[in-house]
Amino acid sequence: MEPGKKLSIICFSGDFDKLVAAFTLASGSAAVNYEVNIFFTFWGLNAIKKKKGRVFTGKGFLARFFGFLMGGINNVPLSRLNFCNISPKLMNYMMRKRNVATLKELIDASIAVGVKFYTCEMSMQILGLTINDFITGVNKEVLGVAKFMEISEGGDRIFI
Amino acid sequence: MTFVKTKIQLAKIAKDDILEVLVTEGEPLENIPKSATEQGFEILGIEDLHDNIYKIRIKK
Repeated sequence: MEPGKKLSIICFSGDFDKLVAAFTLASGSAAVNYEVNIFFTFWGLNAIKKKKGRVFTGKGFLARFFGFLMGGINNVPLSRLNFCNISPKLMNYMMRKRNVATLKELIDASIAVGVKFYTCEMSMQILGLTINDFITGVNKEVLGVAKFMEISEGGDRIFI
Repeated sequence: MTFVKTKIQLAKIAKDDILEVLVTEGEPLENIPKSATEQGFEILGIEDLHDNIYKIRIKK
């Protein structure tokens, strides 16, 4: 990694298309030697949950109920023209057919090229999630705003 | 994404091994040799195969 080449993405949106944008940017930048951090917060956390579908995750009745409604990577909606979650499946099919990396492939590629994944302490507290609810590529260190600012200092910050 | 995939494969091979990447004309054909060279890999050649497909040979 070269000094000064740093990109930090705040991944707030859990929408399929916005996640594709975030992971494409992250993996592409890391491949050309940028230090890349993604800070997943609120809806964005759905992309990196270990459980990929709708399951009751988290602690406490309401948190578990919300966890079920939010779902995992298999349930992320398209930000527009979602049509009851049919569109993301169609989009995945089109991506595979046109030989473009799917969302899951982009996540795996991001991990493989060294993108660092961080989770938001406050969102996890609200949703009753722990670090063990996330995939193995996620950094064990849970961040608050101050720590994220420290990590992203001196680079570009993008909110998606 | 093509360079991301290339970089992942380059990480898997040993030093002095050669990776062959098939790409179509356009951004990947320009970007892969440029980025690979910048990162210290050697481009051994680019071959025009057929129907807009090119083979890039990269030495680690």
